[in-house]
Amino acid sequence: MTAFALAGIRRTYGDRTVVDIADLEVREGEVLGIVGPSGAGKSTLLRLLNFLEPPTAGALTFFGGVVPEEPPIEMRRQVTTVFQRPVLLNRTVRENLVFGVGLRGRAPDRDVVAGWLEHLGLSDLADAPARRLSGGEGQRVALARALLVEPRVLLLDEPTSNLDPYNVGLIERTIGQVRGAHDTTVVLVTHNVHQARRLADRVALMIGGRLIEVGATEGFFTDPVREETAAFLRGDLVY
Amino acid sequence: MRTLVDALTSAVRLLAEGDAALLEIVGLTLRVTGGALLIAMLIGIPLGAAMGLSHRLPGAGLIVPLVYTGMGLPPVVVGLFVYMFLSREGPLGALGWLFTPTGMIVAQSILALPLVVGLTMSAVQGVDPNLPLQLRALGATRRQLAFTTLVEVRGGVTAAVVAAFGAIISEVGAVLLVGGNIESETRVLTTAIVLETRKGNFALALALGIILLTLAFVANFAFYRLEGRGRSR
Amino acid sequence: MARRVAVVFLLFAILVACARTGDRPRVLRLATTTSTYDSGLLDAILPVFEARFDARVEVVAVGTGQALALGEAGDADVVLVHARAREEAFVAAGHGIARHDVMYNDFVIVGPPGDPAGIVGMATAAEAFAAIAAAEATFASRGDESGTHSKEMSLWARVGLDPSGRWYKSIGQGMGSTLEFSEETSAYTLADRATFLSQRENLTGLDILFGGDSIADNPDSSLRNPYGVIAVTPVTPGVASDLAERFVEWITSIEAQELIGGFTSPGGETLFYPDSEAWHSR
Repeated sequence: MTAFALAGIRRTYGDRTVVDIADLEVREGEVLGIVGPSGAGKSTLLRLLNFLEPPTAGALTFFGGVVPEEPPIEMRRQVTTVFQRPVLLNRTVRENLVFGVGLRGRAPDRDVVAGWLEHLGLSDLADAPARRLSGGEGQRVALARALLVEPRVLLLDEPTSNLDPYNVGLIERTIGQVRGAHDTTVVLVTHNVHQARRLADRVALMIGGRLIEVGATEGFFTDPVREETAAFLRGDLVY
Repeated sequence: MRTLVDALTSAVRLLAEGDAALLEIVGLTLRVTGGALLIAMLIGIPLGAAMGLSHRLPGAGLIVPLVYTGMGLPPVVVGLFVYMFLSREGPLGALGWLFTPTGMIVAQSILALPLVVGLTMSAVQGVDPNLPLQLRALGATRRQLAFTTLVEVRGGVTAAVVAAFGAIISEVGAVLLVGGNIESETRVLTTAIVLETRKGNFALALALGIILLTLAFVANFAFYRLEGRGRSR
Repeated sequence: MARRVAVVFLLFAILVACARTGDRPRVLRLATTTSTYDSGLLDAILPVFEARFDARVEVVAVGTGQALALGEAGDADVVLVHARAREEAFVAAGHGIARHDVMYNDFVIVGPPGDPAGIVGMATAAEAFAAIAAAEATFASRGDESGTHSKEMSLWARVGLDPSGRWYKSIGQGMGSTLEFSEETSAYTLADRATFLSQRENLTGLDILFGGDSIADNPDSSLRNPYGVIAVTPVTPGVASDLAERFVEWITSIEAQELIGGFTSPGGETLFYPDSEAWHSR
């Protein structure tokens, strides 16, 4: 099944075109890595996929259904994003964790919450104010908060930039486990090609709002089709 | 100096004795101020949140200065307007609210509303600009977004409520005009203070003033504790 | 440090600049009731005194109770009020030097033209009060221990009533506000004729129901309302206390008494009648 299908999707701000994707499919259950230089439109693409802003033009479908101008709340609640700099609420760690579940009018499962706290090394901080956490701890809280709502599609926007290796490892392992256990579809935006290689089933390169190349991870890295891809992977500047 | 000492002793004595007339005045003061505050909160907090959250407020260039002007409305002018509306010859004269606590609550709600709206609005505007996006990404409806934002800036909202409370419990112009300072009916602490001063009973007036200040302090203390508990919870 | 001194100096300089506006004439502070002020009488006669004595009179228009309290605290140099018993007590307590008659007018009972208690044509004010209480017709009381309020209470005492209940509204406000209140609520009230006449055009819902068209027609001589002047006993004798005694001499003189008697409402009605010793023995 197809999680997202994009056809002729464009997003413009004034006369600036930030995203311009002729054709892209996100398959259910896969981890799609999106790499590219800063300013390539990766974050904007994620906002489109989370229905946080509408495309200027083009057709977007979500699990076979056309996404309307104002997506219904039931549709919106199947997708969530972990941002590069997540905003934690001025509450305790535990309250932040269960916040998304609470929005859906459900009582969180205590054991599940305790499990995530334990798994992400946050048990001792459960009742601490979330605003006092370090960057790595905060990012772990944001990830757990997103996972607790059991999204059908999880969008990750540079989830490990500026984090130390310990936190990077913990978060990457968690992402791997989630897709294994829940068949969650993941779109991972990162400028770190190694991370994409470690986590993704398929990788897409985005430059200047356009998709340059999309392919299975192994082939993308070992045998890129496009010259820009090879240059990007070599670390050469491509704009 | 002697007057000051007299005032303190008579304030304590009046309170200790549970003077019936005084309790009546204090009760009415709290009823009127509390009622007006409740109305102003019910209307003002959602309105302030909506105004603070909407990026392009239609007519913001006019509405925002209007709200800020409203934050400094002179109580006597509000009292005069409400008086004219509620007067028998006024458009709302049929309600019979002039010289009643209901009329006083109307006047004080008008005074409190811009304070609650304006300060709630600036509190909401001061929130992390990425919060709305984060909340929507987590699946918040418009209403949940507004409510969560208000909880997030609860310190600012508390300040709005406290400021409004302080403004209306201490104002005399509007309640005097609209309420008429009728003994046992519409006499509140501030109008009683004016009256006792005019009678030359400075000690009693000062005693009432001390009671008013104490009330304001106790209320602010309670608001502060409430907010503090919300924060650490 | 130097900056702090400069700031303190600046604040002080601002205060001084605000307090002193050139070479000021001698100042006399007169505490009086709202009736003398609101009727326009003081504006009409005080300039003559000010010119004569090169002085400026600051008028504090308050209720009789506060006027006497101001005098007692030394915040006023002279008081002009209308509550005889309390004036005499004030002098007896040593707060004032002596009380002198100045002028009089009278009180009237005003109320809604429909006269629900039927007081029109009654012989005495006490009778009218009894009728109002019996009918439980709305009555607005000054309730501020002013001279008018004192008179009202003495009338209730004469009837043998301690008024209370929903019909009796003690509002603790000045004469003007009480009249406004009475018009709005169709209430009876006791008013001094001068204030009522001077505001009459705004009080179309009220008529004089007891007291006649002028003081001469007032059937109840106990409604006469005498004003007295008292120079406050000075805490420290000085310019102001000297001026206060001059003021007492002047306002009881034939010259000032003629000014008082000649003062009228916009409608041409005499509002105050001269009453000083000098006037009577002229």
